[in-house]
Order: sequence, then C-alpha cells, then structure tokens
Amino acid sequence: MTSPAPLLEATGVIKRFGPLLANDVAAFAVNAGEVVALLGENGAGKSTLCKILYGYYRPDAGQFAVAGRPTTILSPRAARRLGIGMVFQNFSLIPALSVWENVALFLDDLPWVIRPGKLGRRIKRLAERLRLSVDLRLPVGRLAVGDRQKVEILKQLLAGARVLILDEPTKVLAPQEADGLFRTFATLREEGYGLIFITHKLREVMACADRVAVMRQGRIVGTVSRQEANEANLLRLMFGDSSPLQSRPSRAPETAPGEMVLELEQIATAADVGTVVLRDLSFGIRGGEIVGVAGVSGNGQRELAEIILGLRRPKSGVKRLWGENATGWSVARIRARGVASVPEDPLSLAMIPALTVRENLVLGSGRRYRRGLGLDWRRLVTDMDKSAARLRFPPLSYGARAAVLSGGNQQRIVLTRELAQNPKLIVALYPTRGLDTRSAEALRTLLGEARAAGSAVLLVSEDLDELFAVSDRLIVLRDGRIAGTFLPESFHTDAVGLSMVGAANAA
Amino acid sequence: MPRELALALRSPTALAMRHRLPRAIVVALVALAVFAVVLLVDGKDPLRAYRDTLVYIFGNTYGFSELLVRMTPLLLTSIAVALPSRLGLINVGGEGQLYMGAWLATAGALDFPDLPSWLLLPLMTAFGFAGGALWAFLPGLMRAAKLVNETISTLLLNYIAPLIVSFFIFGPWRSPESSSYPQSPAFVEAARLPALGSTRIHLGLLFGLVCLTLYGFALNRTRWGLEMRAIGGNAEASLRLGIPVSAYIVVTMAIAGGIAGIAGMAEVSAIQGRLVAELSPGYGFVGFLVAWLAGGTAIGILAMAFLFAVVSSVGDILQITQGVPYAVINLLMAVVLFIVLGQRGPAGTSR
Repeated sequence: MTSPAPLLEATGVIKRFGPLLANDVAAFAVNAGEVVALLGENGAGKSTLCKILYGYYRPDAGQFAVAGRPTTILSPRAARRLGIGMVFQNFSLIPALSVWENVALFLDDLPWVIRPGKLGRRIKRLAERLRLSVDLRLPVGRLAVGDRQKVEILKQLLAGARVLILDEPTKVLAPQEADGLFRTFATLREEGYGLIFITHKLREVMACADRVAVMRQGRIVGTVSRQEANEANLLRLMFGDSSPLQSRPSRAPETAPGEMVLELEQIATAADVGTVVLRDLSFGIRGGEIVGVAGVSGNGQRELAEIILGLRRPKSGVKRLWGENATGWSVARIRARGVASVPEDPLSLAMIPALTVRENLVLGSGRRYRRGLGLDWRRLVTDMDKSAARLRFPPLSYGARAAVLSGGNQQRIVLTRELAQNPKLIVALYPTRGLDTRSAEALRTLLGEARAAGSAVLLVSEDLDELFAVSDRLIVLRDGRIAGTFLPESFHTDAVGLSMVGAANAA
Repeated sequence: MPRELALALRSPTALAMRHRLPRAIVVALVALAVFAVVLLVDGKDPLRAYRDTLVYIFGNTYGFSELLVRMTPLLLTSIAVALPSRLGLINVGGEGQLYMGAWLATAGALDFPDLPSWLLLPLMTAFGFAGGALWAFLPGLMRAAKLVNETISTLLLNYIAPLIVSFFIFGPWRSPESSSYPQSPAFVEAARLPALGSTRIHLGLLFGLVCLTLYGFALNRTRWGLEMRAIGGNAEASLRLGIPVSAYIVVTMAIAGGIAGIAGMAEVSAIQGRLVAELSPGYGFVGFLVAWLAGGTAIGILAMAFLFAVVSSVGDILQITQGVPYAVINLLMAVVLFIVLGQRGPAGTSR
C-alpha cells in the first residue's frame, strides 16, 4: 500500500537532560492504519520520544510534520489540536467522577450546558464500534485498571486524536486484558488510526505491531517490519551483540521439602468496599519452594498478600508462620520474623516519596539499625550496598529524594531493602513490572537463589512465562478462591489461562 | 564559601527558611498596610501610630520584655500544632488544651498549697501537661479508631474547656475575696513560676525554648522523628512497613496537647497567679498561625512566634495609645490569618 504522507513524522530529534543525551532520533514516523511498537530497555529513550511527540517535553532540535505539513508541537494542548493523543503510564483520570464525566472534561468542544444523554450516546457509539465498552455511569475509581485504560483511549479518540501514543499500555494488564487491547489496536488500525506503543516485551511486539522501532541509548537502532522480525534479531538490536542469555534459575531437585513456612487454613475475609472477598483459601509454602500465584488482576491477589503480611485480618480461618498461629500478629512482628514484601505499586505502597533514599531504606527494619536515639546509617549503607550489588543494580544514590527517581529505580530501592536481610518468606507482587529485561532476569535468578538457600517465595505475577519459569507450584486465583493448582509438568498457557478466566474444572 | 556552610545553606531547613522568611515579612507588611487603612478611616495617622508603637516596643527594656512574655505561650501552642502536622494531623485545639492545662495546674496549686516550691512547680507542670494531653489524647484516639476527624474534634473541644474553667471559678474554686469577679483564690507564692528580675519574663520561656529544641532534635535526629515524617509522607506505606501508625497518632497528639497545657500552666502560675476566665487572648489559635507559617521547622517557629508577638503587641499598644477599640485588633489578626490562609497550606500537609 502506498500511503501519501505519514500521519506523524519526526526527523532529527535531539533531547538532552543536562549531560544525558536522552534522544538522538534521526527519523521516526507513523502512517495511517499502522501500529508501531517502540521496543527497548529501561532508559533507552522510548518514553522521552513519545513525550516529545505529545508536546510534553520540548526537544533541543527536531522537525515535525503532521500529514505532510511541517509544524511544531509546543504543548500537549497543541498536540491534541493536531490530532495526537497519548495515554500515560499513570492515567490522568479523576477517580471520583464517572466515566462519561471524565471523557467530557477532556473535550474541547464541551458546551456550556452539558447534556449527559447526548454525550453518552456519542461515547457509547464510539465505544461499541471499537470494542471498548465500559459502564459510563460508574465512577472511574471503581473500575479495574483495564477498564480505566479503555476510558483513557476513548477520551483521546473522542477529543479527535488520529495518532494515539500509549506508554507501556500492557504493564498494568493481565494477559487476557492485553489480548483485548490488541484487538482494539486491530480495530483502530482498520479505521485508519496511527498507533505508537511502548513495550519491552517481545511477545507483544510479535502479537500486534506492523513495524518495530528498536531503541538503544536514545537512538533508533533499527526498524523492522513484522514479517522480518524474530526474537533473535530484535534481541540483538535491543542489547547490541551482548544479548542476555535466557538464564532461567534451575528448578530445585526433588529433595525432601523444607519446613512449612506459611500455612493458610480456610481463610475468609469480610466483605468490604473495593476489595475482593477471599473464600475458603487454604495452601502452604515450604522453605525452598516458589509458589506462583496466577490470575487476572483484581481476583484477590492483593487481599491474599495483605492477609499474609498482617495488613488485613481474616474473618475466619487460621494463618500459621513457622507452625505458630500468626493470625493476629502485627505487621512489625511479621516483618521482624523475616517476611519481606514487594508490593504491586512501590511508590504509593512501599516508599515515602518526600524522604530520601537512605531514609526509605531504613524504614521497616525494626530494631536492626537502632543506635541510641538515632540510627546507624553507616551500617545501613554497607548492608544496602551489598544487597544492591547482589541484585546487580547500579549503585544507589542515597541522598536523593525518592520522589525524583524513575519508576524502575524506585522498584530497585524497594527490592534492595526487602531482600537485604535474607528474608525467609518473600511475598512479591508483580516484582518485575517496570524493570528492564536484564534487571528482571537478575531478580528471577535471585528468587531462585533465595529458594536454594531455603527461603519460601510467594510470587504473584501476570506474566505466565515468568511464573512458569520459576514456580515449583502454581495456584490460580479467581473471585477470591483457588481456582486451580498446577505442577510444573502441567504448566501450559491454555490450561492455566482457562482456569484464570473460569472455564476449567476447579482443582 | 566553605563547603560546610554551602551544604548547610542547601539543607532542606535552610531552603525552607529562605522561602518562608521573605514570605512572612510580606505577610506582616501587607497586614500593617491594610490595618493602616483602618486607622486612616478612624482618623488616626498610621505612620505616626506605627512609629510610636515600635519605639515603645523596641525602645526600652520593658516593652521588649513584654514581647518575650507574649511569645512564651505562642512558642508552646505552635509546637502543639507543628508536632502533629508532621504526621499529617491538624490540631486546631491548642486553645482548649491550654485551658485544660491551666485548669489542672490550678487544681495542683490549690490542693497542695503546703508543698515547697521545688516540688509544687514540677507537680503543677506535670498536671498542666496532663490536662492538655487529655484534651488532645481523646481526639487522637478517635482519629486512630477512624471515628472522628481530629480537626473537628479538637476544634469542638475548644468550646468545652473554657466552660469547665468557668464552672470551677464560678463554683467550687470561687475566690471569697471578690464576689463580683469570678476567679480562683490567688496561688501561694510557692506556686508562682519565678520571673526574671523586675520583668514579667518567666520560666515558661525556658520551657518553650527547651520544647522547641527537643522538637527539632526529635524530628531530625531520632528514629521516632523519621517514622513520624514517614507517616506524614505516606501513611499507607508506613503501615505496610510495620510502623505503628495508630500508636503514633495517639501519643503524638497527647504530647502536643500536653505542650499546649504547659502554656496554660505557665499563664496561670506566672502571669495571672490564679485561674481566671479570660486566660488567653487566643494564644492557641495564634499558635496555629505561627506553626502554619513556620512550615514546621524549629527555627521558623521561633521567628514566627516572635513576629506574631510583635503584631499582637502592636495591637495592644494601639488600643492604649490611639484609643482604637479592641475589635479593631481582632481585625488585624483576621487580616493576617486571611493572608496566611490565602497562601499555600502548612508544609506538614503539602508535599
């Protein structure tokens, strides 16, 4: 197909942040009816490029053309007028307002007197055509993440976007939801929209992109059409010649299992606004074992972790840690006994943005670093340096405020802290989210090492490949119940996936 | 510039002060300008009035010593606001806590008149602390139990405390010597805080400075301070890190109220010498303004408490020398409050 001019075209884009050359892109374009994937490691400059295209950052140099006409993109507002829309990683929705109100807020042509019915029909028509249906009257705060993303996309399209940029759209989605998103991509492509999306997952690229632009160190090092793309050449482009080997932690040999670390017996929780009710949940984890928890997000994963960590009390049932009844233990006591936690959203659940990295690292360590009235900072730094080195993280900047770090680095701070004291039970929710391929590999290796050292690991993830690679046993959560238990010999995407969405026989 | 000095100037505290000090001066100037209009309307010459006032305050030791007298309760009541604000709590009950401290300290003075001074004064201080602490402990408890927001409960308790004081000075403690004016009997000499020379500056100022030093040290140098700042910065994460958030809320509120209670104790013991109904011209409320403007730093509290002592002294002196009615002085405070609130919130609650 010979299309006329590309929908959006950028040439010679240069962007520096102080001494750092964040972007040096010779040429980048998206055509009508095309899905372009931006692939690359953390810090390769994907987000920066997208934010420049949306007018969020102003480049130091660069020419832009929309549908062949040269233009400048000085602000997001200007970008929207040019028909460019962007869905950020952290959505910009107002939780207390309903879906249609959120969409309405974004429209430039909003009349003085809003007629909800008329606007609602307009949204609905578009939503049905693009298979983005959500209940327009619900407050956004009560929607699942996947639905919020739909609202973001609807909002942009209704405001007239022809080019849609999505920053890591699948990061927050379960596999099934991601497939739904890719179907939406296909519909949009047929309608002649141009799509750009950021990812660092090869599988997603293969699933839905027409063209893949691979970025490394701020440059586009190669653009590959889908027909030419395969894992090997993409990996080589991403990492240069030193592509990381797929070093999966070796599975523990079939030896005598360790002592029972965590045991849940018929745990049930009371109904509460905004939470999933756990029902009749029973399972155990032994030392030297990694138990994976699969499930579409929002099926009780968070609640399960909160029960284990002592943040939530069960209505009935018993929780045992190392054989002792720990149902009523405080968070501090549970942590002091060697339970580490990596929550799903590090910035809001595991760190204090206003405090420094150093201060964040010492919190939650109980009595360990107490010295007089204050704290033994020197010993802390020694321990944390060691922990970071073990995780193959670059050195930490202790004096920086946590708020200014990137999402990946915030995750690193949490992991460094939580894994520093050789925990005996690790409860990790989506720990590799936001980490690049190499760091994610290092973390999986570390979980394997922790298992070899006799620790128990509960790994909640939405990445089935990851779960299959490291788990000794897999449980599937659906509607707050265990919908299935799988052993390595039965790790198949089809079977586990079916169990997640509820069509398989409950085990 | 030596490296240490450069670092010190870039410390968060110094940075905050460099932003806040000019702001505070602007607030004071704007307030004086607005008030000048009021004076003009009243037919007074504002420039002359201000000059006379400043000469009166800074021109002799008595005027200046009165400034420190006024600053003393402000120091204590503003710490009572600043301390919970580190946890993200808003304590507007300094006034009530001050009254409760005064009330319980009076009970100590009246019930143990035979004790020697070295025993009676610490006892009264402890009583004063306990009275104020009780009045903030209850809101802290209700907040920790997620029953009532502490802003509402501390505010409402402000109305009850003066009534308790009134009940006692109209009833059980009513002084026989003056039947027309409700007040408690005069304290014995041993129950009076010693003053400095012939001035009214009293030991309460030392209490204030010690509390302020402890406040600054505890917040910045101790692990409790770190955990408090953590709770203020992200309560959810703090809970997940095993910090006993509810305990911190209850204990911090109680300590804060206790500090305001000491201000009440100092007022009855050093200034009044007996329990009276009009104990405080709103020290608890002005303390809130001081803490708000100071942004929670110890040095800021010291500077702002001084500034507000000046403002309220100006009001008092104008009342005497220019004959402006008392309501106009309230207007001056209201103007300051308005300008302060028109700016950003307290640093404790902002990011």
